[in-house]
Amino acid sequence: MANSGIKFGIVVFPGSNCDADSHHVVTRVLGCPAEYLWHKETSLKNSDVVILPGGFSYGDYLRCGAIAKFSPIMTEVRNFARRGGRVIGICNGFQVLVETGLLPGTLIKNRDLKFICDWVDLRLENTRTLFTGKGKKGATYRMPIAHGEGNYFIDPDGLKRLEDGGQVVFRYADSSGRVTEEANPNGSLGNIAGICNEKGNILGMMPHPERASETLLGSEDGRFIFESLIG
Amino acid sequence: MSLITPEMIKQHNLTDEEYQSILKILGRRPNLVELGIFSVMWSEHCSYKSSRKFLKNFPTEGPQVIQGPGENAGVVAIGDGLAVVFKMESHNHPSFIEPYQGAATGVGGILRDVFTMGARPIAVLDSLRFGAIDHPKTPYLVGGVVAGIAGYGNCMGIPTVGGDVCFDECYNGNILVNAMTVGLVRADGIFKGSASGPGNPVIYVGSKTGRDGIHGATMASGSFDEGSEQKRPTVQVGDPFTEKLLLEACLELMTKEVIVGIQDMGAAGLTSSSFEMASRAGTGIEIDLNRVPLREEGMTPYEIMLSESQERMLLVCRQGAENVVKEIFDKWDLDSSVIGRVTDDGLYRARFDGKEVVSLPVSPLAHGAPVYDRPRRRPADQDRLNKLDPADIPEPPDPSAVFEKLISHPTLASKKWIYRQYDHQVMTNTVTGPGSDSAVLRIKGTKQGIALTSNCNARYCYLDPFIGSAIAVAESGRNLVCSGAKPLAVTDCLNFGNPENPEIMGQFEEAAKGISQACRELETPVVSGNVSFYNETNGVSIYPTPMIGMVGLLDDIDKRLGSFFVNEGDVILLLGDLEGRLDGSEYLKIIHGKTAGKPELDLAREKNLWKLILEANAKKLLSSAHDISEGGLVCALAECCFGAPSLGVRIVLKSSHRPDLLLFGESQSRVIVSVRSSNEGVVCDLAKSHGVPCMPLGAVGGRRFFIGSEKEQWIDCDIKTVKEWWERGFEEGVFKV
Repeated sequence: MANSGIKFGIVVFPGSNCDADSHHVVTRVLGCPAEYLWHKETSLKNSDVVILPGGFSYGDYLRCGAIAKFSPIMTEVRNFARRGGRVIGICNGFQVLVETGLLPGTLIKNRDLKFICDWVDLRLENTRTLFTGKGKKGATYRMPIAHGEGNYFIDPDGLKRLEDGGQVVFRYADSSGRVTEEANPNGSLGNIAGICNEKGNILGMMPHPERASETLLGSEDGRFIFESLIG
Repeated sequence: MSLITPEMIKQHNLTDEEYQSILKILGRRPNLVELGIFSVMWSEHCSYKSSRKFLKNFPTEGPQVIQGPGENAGVVAIGDGLAVVFKMESHNHPSFIEPYQGAATGVGGILRDVFTMGARPIAVLDSLRFGAIDHPKTPYLVGGVVAGIAGYGNCMGIPTVGGDVCFDECYNGNILVNAMTVGLVRADGIFKGSASGPGNPVIYVGSKTGRDGIHGATMASGSFDEGSEQKRPTVQVGDPFTEKLLLEACLELMTKEVIVGIQDMGAAGLTSSSFEMASRAGTGIEIDLNRVPLREEGMTPYEIMLSESQERMLLVCRQGAENVVKEIFDKWDLDSSVIGRVTDDGLYRARFDGKEVVSLPVSPLAHGAPVYDRPRRRPADQDRLNKLDPADIPEPPDPSAVFEKLISHPTLASKKWIYRQYDHQVMTNTVTGPGSDSAVLRIKGTKQGIALTSNCNARYCYLDPFIGSAIAVAESGRNLVCSGAKPLAVTDCLNFGNPENPEIMGQFEEAAKGISQACRELETPVVSGNVSFYNETNGVSIYPTPMIGMVGLLDDIDKRLGSFFVNEGDVILLLGDLEGRLDGSEYLKIIHGKTAGKPELDLAREKNLWKLILEANAKKLLSSAHDISEGGLVCALAECCFGAPSLGVRIVLKSSHRPDLLLFGESQSRVIVSVRSSNEGVVCDLAKSHGVPCMPLGAVGGRRFFIGSEKEQWIDCDIKTVKEWWERGFEEGVFKV
């Protein structure tokens, strides 16, 4: 465990439920300092990286993430991100990022309309982001998904911009890295599982790297994302 | 106040005798609010009036037990100053009427029972029983119940890690939804539901009170008929988001040392929580109903007292600490309101618009419910049911076809369709998730793990309630042992028919005795539980279904065992008898359409088997272990093959018995283990020293699932094909897709 001095801020919305899981990985597995950021607060408390964790912010009774974007802390997160600060949204956090407009596109109900909790294989498409520097382009990474609305959708122009700009970071694939229809769990356009902004300082992904950072839980494949951030 | 008429008494499910004792207790006639309070407090659901006599005999003590039955949940020590809190509860009637909300609020209720003790819930298990797979309502009920459990548990961020599911026509008109929650707590940080300290404020926290769920407890204490669907308004509506906030707010408040007692408002809502808290402390309570946060206008005292709106808690805090409570609940955007105070007069008084509307003595309401010694008798057809001559059961010509039919039957097939909808990994503790003998969770910050399971073969219980119930305990423990865990303690949820029917009460008595004996001999005390009677529709009762939930401990999580074969070339050993029995087997039911015979169990032998497996595992001699249960030896063997990657087996059985008995027969205290060939001798010797039969069956390896005798081959398929039968069976069987 190397403490690089990078501090993580983990936003807690009412209904966040993967906040403690991210905290565990950052502090216990990677040995970095981390602090929870209550949604009513207006300071990121000198965080170097902001995590928007998974869960059901505000119950997700409206569109997922649609209310969380109005939380006081999100004003700070937006400013931080626009200044080039590193923000990663996982699962519900990804949904919050698209609702906030920090990332393009939207996440709609899974193709079969059911919640899916399962292991998936992901092909890493871009290692030139602040989150994936320690990964291997084209390699597959095994992580869990757990969501009801993770079906990524965007208009054709938007998709072209994402693809041309190398903003697709992860795609659902089979275990040998082939991007196939069968390997797509939720109907996402282009098997997209995770994207970043043009500058590469904001990442949103439906799979849970924090659930795949210890061998005891079945996979360490998600850890490189946190390690890439530490440098 | 309106006069109480005989119709009103009947509508409140109270008998004439019960009303007479109410008159005696009060020395006057109750008003309608008071009648409602008696009705729910003395309902079967809240008072255990038919079952209490028998539950008394459960073994409830042991060095590991911190809190036995009587509180909101049981508590068991797991070392390192930590303890697990757990309980199982039914939500059968609501789930049949409105499957999504019924199941969802079932999960919500049992979660509150655990976090009210100060524990953070870390796992949910669900034991579900549905009617026949071809019953027209079954797909709708399965879909609704599973979605309801998923909707609530997933939003709460508490993993649903296990459970079990069976289909049988005895549940056609009355499904079972039993949910178990396990929480983790520091052993010195347990909270209880006690309203002590006269003068202390009584505070209501959580959701506002609405008109939903009025008389839910009374509904759960009556039988069903065609009109039951009209009871839909008595089903509560769940709001998991609010419960998540309530959970966090309560746990945060619990760190502040201001709580005197706390209890969730479950069945019978404000009434039962406040009465029980006062009763445990021997105090009284004074409440101003105008201070109860309400969801709608014009609610009457009757409705406020009896509402079963979800996501509410009642707490008593130290005088002067009201602001601490308010601050924390404000932070979480939840209501909190001081609605009354603790008194020392043993009376329960509620005021509304300045008038006293309730004035009742606490103790007779909480403890004075009549205890019934209901008539009991052995069911008239029990002897006929127990008769089974194997000679009358024709041997099927093609064991392979039988095997396909069994392994793809929804009761035996993979339940992935279900658990894929449950978040079973959130909280990052799930080391072994659903689909194994038991779920295994790590305990962060320690080397330890806990194993969790729930079980009941109701067909065995129908054929012999005593043996069947003991088997449910034995099999639960066996499941834990097969994961490398030492069984610690039991929670139960006893689902039965109408207790006013002497045959049902006879079944109940036998079942309670069976659980008592098994728990005593296997040293797994009962620490919490729930009884659900009146599981019948139009006079047709379910099979007796005493669900058993069990928790076990692994000292070292790295010594957990899995059920899948892991090494090519490992030797497969059978611990226990080779020949199975037809009695009550899935094979007899699915293939021959019969439920007959009499199951058997030898508890001493079961205990020896546990000791053997735990010792062999401690010595790292085992590669895998799997319990043989429904579907017999062959289905158990197949389940061992479905790991990643799938591994085949070659099994040659040396026996002159009927192949169908060998392959599909069921009997207890049997486990399949795989071992390195170099360890075969040591394990066989160890088995001998424990008095457990041990027989090599064959070896792990290849791509074929081959089983035969020395003379003929019975089953020989590609393991991939077998896995496809198993994987597709559930959806094809239930949803005909």
